[in-house]
Amino acid sequence: MNLSQQILQYILSGLSTGAIYGLVGLGFAIIFSSTAIVNFAQGEFVMLGGMLSVFFLEVVKLPLWLAVPVAILTATMTGVAFERLAIRPLKQATPLSLVIITIGGSILLRGLAMLFWGKDTHALPPFSGNEPLTLAGATILPQHLWIFAVTLLVITGNKLFFYYSISGKAMRACAHNRRAASLVGIDVQRMVLYSFALSSAIGAMAGIIIAPLTMTSYDVGIMLGLKGFCAAIIGGMSSGLGTVIGGIVLGLLESFGAGFVSSGYKDAIAFVILLLILIIRPQGLFHRGESERV
Amino acid sequence: MKREVVKFIIFAALVMLAPLPLKQSYLLNVLVFVGINTLLAVALNLLLGFAGQISLGHAAFFGMGAYLSGILTANFGLNPWLIIVLAAVTVGGLAFVLGFPILKLKGHYLAMATLGFGIIFYIVFNETIGLTGGPSGLPGIPNLAIGSLTFDNDLKNYYLIWGVTLLTILLCVNLAHSRIGRALRAIHDSEVAARVMGVNVRLLKVQIFALSAAISAVAGSLYAHTMTFISPTSFGFNFSVELVTMVIIGGLGSIYGSFLGAALLTLLPELLRAFRDYDIIAYGALLVFMTIFMPGGLVRGIPDLMLFLWSRLTGKRGGNAQTG
Repeated sequence: MNLSQQILQYILSGLSTGAIYGLVGLGFAIIFSSTAIVNFAQGEFVMLGGMLSVFFLEVVKLPLWLAVPVAILTATMTGVAFERLAIRPLKQATPLSLVIITIGGSILLRGLAMLFWGKDTHALPPFSGNEPLTLAGATILPQHLWIFAVTLLVITGNKLFFYYSISGKAMRACAHNRRAASLVGIDVQRMVLYSFALSSAIGAMAGIIIAPLTMTSYDVGIMLGLKGFCAAIIGGMSSGLGTVIGGIVLGLLESFGAGFVSSGYKDAIAFVILLLILIIRPQGLFHRGESERV
Repeated sequence: MKREVVKFIIFAALVMLAPLPLKQSYLLNVLVFVGINTLLAVALNLLLGFAGQISLGHAAFFGMGAYLSGILTANFGLNPWLIIVLAAVTVGGLAFVLGFPILKLKGHYLAMATLGFGIIFYIVFNETIGLTGGPSGLPGIPNLAIGSLTFDNDLKNYYLIWGVTLLTILLCVNLAHSRIGRALRAIHDSEVAARVMGVNVRLLKVQIFALSAAISAVAGSLYAHTMTFISPTSFGFNFSVELVTMVIIGGLGSIYGSFLGAALLTLLPELLRAFRDYDIIAYGALLVFMTIFMPGGLVRGIPDLMLFLWSRLTGKRGGNAQTG
């Protein structure tokens, strides 16, 4: 393989992992914009997506086309239950207690997954075969195409939902100003619940489409969650294209870092970027600053 | 203040007498680790409980202390006592420098930044194989010694570690009741209000971050010399979360609460052997449960609970919802 083919290969793999980070990041951004909560348990819904699909496929013996939606639905219900049982009962909802409770929730979900499914890694079969396609000398798996397609679909769906449906508009209103939203008759608590449902569904979807490529296990949620957060930070916590672009930037940097520098430090790249952006431009790369309310 | 002195003397006396009935039992070994974890929890409590600044990367400071001591004594044969001081100063200094940009962040962002920082160091511990031995660990760290007295069994280590821990507790109790302690609590409640009252919020936060990191590094050094073997898994994200859990369960801002939290979280997995891998579920459940039902931690939660039960038992004393 010559250098240009190698570079093309890195770009392709960077794009596909980046799309996953972007999807996970969208989950963070959706909850953050309507509740100002950073949901540390977001990564666990990604794990749940993958693990539940494997479970429904191999234990319950559902066909793949049915196992996937059932897995997404179950993960979404878990997200809803998480909001009702852990977030809503919180009386003193300070940022500190919210951080701690979502971390607690994520540990609990991960532990339960380990309890039910053990510590083994599982593979989900690719959606449409494993025959690699060749593209200008670089190889690409059909699963990569699935990832690109689902990502585009989610971005479009999100845009339509947030701009053209009444619930989506109501959620954007909550993101701008919760009190004003409740004054015009929007049920803020319900919108919070919706945002948890939506982001766990998107997270689960990301976990499912990546599972055939990278395998899945009870603890994949930690890293995917953190990288997704990193993507959301690059995109300035916007629930739109910014976060997906952030994810793709991160995916490309990682892919080139692993290829040309060192694969051992691959994971460190994301966190160095995260720290740099938090310190230098905490409002994200594509946003203008806002003043802080006291 | 007088009450604090009495409290400390009673606590210190109990700690000093605890090994007597235990002799060289297994429990004594566990109590050594309770000591190290108490030291860490008290250090984190300075930051989390008093100043209200979260850190999800404290295991990194603990690890840096352990590796500095481990590498410099096992591979280069330097004086361990000197290295402990050196490690504390180095790690404290590093935290001081890093603290300025990091502690500018608030809430969730601060949590993520410290988390990212902790993971970067975890990766470094794993990848610099030439120095740290990588994932397979660093063996052959010598025990500490004063002249011919080598701290090579649980009893000696117990007194060494608890000696340091008690001194640190004394320091923190003093700090909490000083002008600095009051300023920190002011920052906890409102940074803007604290600044208006003339507190140099930024510098004070960074200073307490550095102090907390330095104490954690000392705990790391002591851990390395007690265990004589260290590997990166002891210094990962899970341990950072465990430390936060200890502080929360004990009670934010309560120094003896940190001891309760550390003791509970160190003893629990030992007592529930069957739990082994699944103790992580208990942590998660404890964190969620405590945050919802006992936001003040055990230190405030238990008396509140007793009072509540008492008022239930005696009827209308508490004047709660039942009496209308």
